[in-house]
Amino acid sequence: MGYGVLEQEFKVEEKVRGIRDEVHIKVKNLSVYYRKRLAISDINIEFLKNKITAIIGPSGCGKSTLLRSINRMNDLIPDATVIGKVYLDGIDIYDKSVDPVAVRAVIGMVFQRPNPFPMSIYDNVAFGVRINRLAKDREELDKKVEDALRKAALWDEVKDRLDTHAYELSGGQQQRLCIARALAINPKVLLLDEPTVSLDPVSTAKIEELLYKLKSELTIIIVTHNMLQAARVSDFTAVMMPNEKLVGTLIEYGPTKEVFTNPKDKRTEAYISGRVG
Amino acid sequence: MGHQVLAIRNRRKVILDIYMPIIYSIGLFIAILFIGSLLLYITVTGAHRLSWELLTNFPSSNPKQAGMLPAIYGTIWTVGISTLISLPIGIATAIYLNEYSGMEKLRSFLQINLNSLAGVPSVIFGVVGLGFLSYTLGLGRSILVGSIVLAFLTLPLVTVSSLEALKAVPDDLRLGGYALGATRWEIIKSIVLPRALPMMLTGSILATSRAIGEAAPILIISGLVFIREIPTSPLDRFTVMPLQLYNWISRPQVEFRELASAGIILLLLLLILLNAATIYLRYRLSKRR
Amino acid sequence: MRSTLTNDPKTLKKRRLISSIVQNITFLAASASTIAVIIILATLINESISFFEKVNIFEYLTGTEWTILFEEKKFGILPLLNATLLSSFVALALAVPIGLAIAIYLGEYAGPKIKNVLKPIIELLAGIPTVVYGYFALYFVTPQFLRLFLPDIQINNVLAAGLMIGFLIIPIVASISEDAIRSVPLDLRLAAYAVGARKSEVVTKIVIPAALSGIFASIILAFGRAMGETMIVAIAAGFRPILSFDVRESMETMTGFIAQVATGDAPHGTIEYNSLFAVGLTLLLMTYPLNLIALRVLKKWAIKY
Repeated sequence: MGYGVLEQEFKVEEKVRGIRDEVHIKVKNLSVYYRKRLAISDINIEFLKNKITAIIGPSGCGKSTLLRSINRMNDLIPDATVIGKVYLDGIDIYDKSVDPVAVRAVIGMVFQRPNPFPMSIYDNVAFGVRINRLAKDREELDKKVEDALRKAALWDEVKDRLDTHAYELSGGQQQRLCIARALAINPKVLLLDEPTVSLDPVSTAKIEELLYKLKSELTIIIVTHNMLQAARVSDFTAVMMPNEKLVGTLIEYGPTKEVFTNPKDKRTEAYISGRVG
Repeated sequence: MGHQVLAIRNRRKVILDIYMPIIYSIGLFIAILFIGSLLLYITVTGAHRLSWELLTNFPSSNPKQAGMLPAIYGTIWTVGISTLISLPIGIATAIYLNEYSGMEKLRSFLQINLNSLAGVPSVIFGVVGLGFLSYTLGLGRSILVGSIVLAFLTLPLVTVSSLEALKAVPDDLRLGGYALGATRWEIIKSIVLPRALPMMLTGSILATSRAIGEAAPILIISGLVFIREIPTSPLDRFTVMPLQLYNWISRPQVEFRELASAGIILLLLLLILLNAATIYLRYRLSKRR
Repeated sequence: MRSTLTNDPKTLKKRRLISSIVQNITFLAASASTIAVIIILATLINESISFFEKVNIFEYLTGTEWTILFEEKKFGILPLLNATLLSSFVALALAVPIGLAIAIYLGEYAGPKIKNVLKPIIELLAGIPTVVYGYFALYFVTPQFLRLFLPDIQINNVLAAGLMIGFLIIPIVASISEDAIRSVPLDLRLAAYAVGARKSEVVTKIVIPAALSGIFASIILAFGRAMGETMIVAIAAGFRPILSFDVRESMETMTGFIAQVATGDAPHGTIEYNSLFAVGLTLLLMTYPLNLIALRVLKKWAIKY
C-alpha cells in the first residue's frame, strides 16, 4: 500500500525505516480545538507497525491531546473539535461511516493513573471481552483473561486470586491490570498516556519490559515526559513543543537514536539537554 | 484488516444509545405531567372561588361566607415566633460548629444530634410538643407551643444553611483578621457574619416556607378547633392555614371542596412568593461577586 | 476594625472575655438540638411506660386488632404497622424507578441549561404542602383516575395515598442518587469507553454499580420519610384500623391513628392519650435506624471517592 509523497516535512524516509516497515497509523493535518482555543495545530506524522513510538515534550504541549485523537477519545469531551484526518490502515477513522466505539475496540488505551473498575481482577480483564462479545463461553473467556494477564506480566502474581477486588493490588499491579484489560480485546494498537508517571521504579521497569515484548504483536504509541524512558523503550520518537502562540506542534520526528544524539531542530536539542521544558 | 471491522457493527447497541435517554426521560415526563395535572385541577376547581372575603372572613358552616382569617393570623403568629426562635439558635449553632468548636468528638456529637432531629417525622414533634410543652410544662394547646414545635422542626434546616453560609466565607479573610490581633468574636462579627448573612437569610426563608406548609404537628397540638376569634396572645388556641384547609377538605359538601381549592391556591401563591424571594436573593448574591 | 484593636492589656482582656462569653452562648445554642432529642425520647418513653402498664406489650406487638376507640379495647399494633408499611411500599414502588430514571437522565444525559430548569421543578414535588396531595388523592386520583382501572376501589384507599407519598419523595431519591452518579470518577468512565463500551453500557455497567451505595441510601431515606407522612394518609387512606393487604381498601396507618386521636378528644391521662406516645415511639424506632443506616452509607461512599 503506497501512500505517495506527503506534502508535509515529516515522513519516515524509506532509507531509515526498513523495507518491511509499514505505516499503521497516519495522522494528517490534525488540529484540535478546545472550545475556541487551538490546542494542537497541523500535526502530520506516521506511526509504524510493530514499533514503539514515543511522543515527548514539555507539559501542556498537547501530547495527550494528540494521543486521544487517535482513538477518538476526544469525541467524549463536549467542547473539543477535531479537524484533520487519522488513517488506520488507510481508513479514515473520522469518516462518518466509522463507529467511534468500534475504533476503540481496535485501538486500546492505558491512562496516566491506574483506573481499574471497582470489580474483581477477573471481571476487570473480562469487561471488554464481554461487552464486545468476543468469547462464546466461559472457557474461552477464561483463556482470554489468562492470555491478557500473561502478556501484561501479571498472571503469576494474581493467578490464584482472580476473584479479589482490583483495589487490593498495588499501584504498579493495578496499572498492569489496566494494560491486561486493554489487551484482552486484542487491539492492534496500544496507546499509553504517561503510564508509569505515578509508579515506583521497579513497577516502571516491569512495564517497560512488557511493552518491549508486546511490540511484536502490536503497534505501541507512548506519551511520556520522561526522556530517559523514551530513549530506553522506543524505536521512534516524536517531539512536540508549544509554538509562540502556545499551540502544540510537532517539531521533530525520527528514529529514537537519531533524535537523541543528532536532533535536527534546535528546540529539540534544548529540550533534551534540559535547557527548556 | 478490512473496512468492515470499523463500520458500524452491533446495530442493536447503537439503537440503545439513541433510545435509552428517551426511556430515562420518561421519569421526568411522568413527574411533570403529575405536577401539571395537580395544578390544573386546583385552578379549575378553585379559581372562581377566590375573593377578598376568603382572606377576611371567619370560618362558617355556610360555605358562601367562610373565610380563613383566623388561620392566616395563626400562621403569621406561629411562623413568626418560630422564626424568632429558630433563627438565632440556628445561626448561633452554626457559628459554634464552624468558628469555635475545636474538639472533633464534641463537634461530631453535636452534628449527629442535629441530624437525628432532622430525621424525626414531623408528627412526632407534635406529639412530644403536646405531651411535654402543653401538659407537662402547662403551656396549653397554644400558639406558643405550636411555635416552639415549628422552631425545632425547622432548626436543622436553618442550621445547615447557616453552616453552608459560614463555610462559604474564605478562610483567608479570617486569617487576615487574626493577623491584625482580633479576637475570634470580633472576626465573626465584623468579617464573617456580614458576608454570610445573605445566604443565611435565604436559608431562613426556606425554613419559613417549610413551616407554613406543615399541618401534621399543628394538628396534634391544637386539634381541630373551631376558632372564631383572632388570637390576641401567644397562649390562645389557634389554627393555621393548612389545617383550615384540612377542615374544609373533610367536609362532604362540594362548596367546601371548592373553597378548599381556593384556599390551596392562596397557600401555593404565598409559597411561590417566598421561593421567588429566595431566588431573587440568590441572584443578587451572585451578582455581587 | 476600629479603635477596639489596641495593645492595651486591659481592653485586650475585656475583648477576650467577650469572645469566650460568645463561645459559651453559641455552645448552649448548639446543644439545643441535643436537648430536644433528649426531651423527645424522654417524653415518648415516659408516656409509653404509662401505656404499657395498662397494656401487655406482647399483645401490642403481635395483636391483629386495634379497637382502642371502641368499647372493647384491643391493642394489637399490627394493623397500623401493616398499613404504614403497605403505603410506604406503594410509595417506593413509584418513587424509586421514577427517581432513578430522573437521576440518570439529569446526571448523564441532560445539558446544564436543561438541568437548571428541570431540577427546581422536581424539587417542587417536595415543596407542595401535604394537605394538597391529600386533597388531590381524595377528590381526583381515586374517583377520576384509579376508578377507571379498579372500579371496586374505595373512596379512601391505601393505593392513592401511597402514590401521592411516592410523588412527594421522588426528589429525595432523585437528588441524592444524582449526586452519587455524578461523583463516579471520570477515570472509570474513560476506562470503559477505551475498551469499546457505548454510552448506554458505560451507564448501566459502570456508573450505576459504582453509585449503588448512594442510590441505596437515598431509597432508605425516602422510605423513612414515607413512613412518617401524616396528612396524606389522614385525608386519603382513612381511619379504619384493619389488617389487610388489599390496597384498594381504606386502612389506618400509625400516623393516621395519631392524627385521629388528636382531632378527637382524648383527655390527658387516658389510655387513648397514652397510646399516642406508644405509637409515636414505635414509629420513631422504625424510622430512626433507617436514618442512621442511610447516613453511614453516605459517609462511607463519600470517603471512597
